[in-house]
Amino acid sequence: MIPLGFYLVVSAILFAIGAYGFLIKRNIITIFMCIELMLNAVNLSFVAFARFYSLLDGQVFVFFVMAVAAAEAAVGLGIIVALFRNRQTLNVDETNLMKW
Amino acid sequence: MEIAIFLLFAGVAIVSAANILIQRHPIYSALSLIVTFIALAGIYIQMHAEFIAVMQIVVYTGAIMVLFIFVIMLLNVGAEQRVPDRVHVVKYFGLPLAGLLVVEIGLIVSHAFSSEGISVESASINLTGNAQMIGKALYTQYALPFEVTSILLLVAIVGAIVMAKKEL
Repeated sequence: MIPLGFYLVVSAILFAIGAYGFLIKRNIITIFMCIELMLNAVNLSFVAFARFYSLLDGQVFVFFVMAVAAAEAAVGLGIIVALFRNRQTLNVDETNLMKW
Repeated sequence: MEIAIFLLFAGVAIVSAANILIQRHPIYSALSLIVTFIALAGIYIQMHAEFIAVMQIVVYTGAIMVLFIFVIMLLNVGAEQRVPDRVHVVKYFGLPLAGLLVVEIGLIVSHAFSSEGISVESASINLTGNAQMIGKALYTQYALPFEVTSILLLVAIVGAIVMAKKEL
């Protein structure tokens, strides 16, 4: 059986890649994808702990995380479409005003 | 054998996750993210979380990422431009800090679980066919959060329509 640490290391690496991408990327869609990547890294930890403690609760939590991620993606992409319609750009550096 | 399969999936997941950052065009980033999700689904299957693996493929790659690609196509966005000055500074500071984040998480996790030693791993009960067990848990122990999730999804539907509509 694969040790728990392996899963957690993979999870930590994926989370760090997501956090790094969130900070360096300028395109709002890519930033959004990095958020999804971080959510997935956390899901991996949840499933790994559920497996190693022989509990099902972790997997139920992953289910809820996925539902929230789906809701977040729907609303977030709606915001992106509205943003693009108003500013004609997806670069976050150019959309730094709350109201114009 | 088991560990080889795990390393294969983990390697694919990490490399394609890194590829998200390397690619400049969002459509390539989206496709790499799909590969990451599928590799994670493989890891879930290996952990006998079949229900979660199927959910991962159906919900994440089948719904969320299709939505992403749909929006990318709809907005017809081009590749990200290279921005001089400031961004490079962020990039060079960011990489060591991201490494530090990995080290931090690793240290915390190893501290928290070294004493316990995860002795339960031998006790792994048979969770095969776990869709039934998850369904039972969702409708008994987690019935309230489950119902609240449905309201959340309803709010998200309304919110998405309000956001994307030209004028209400």
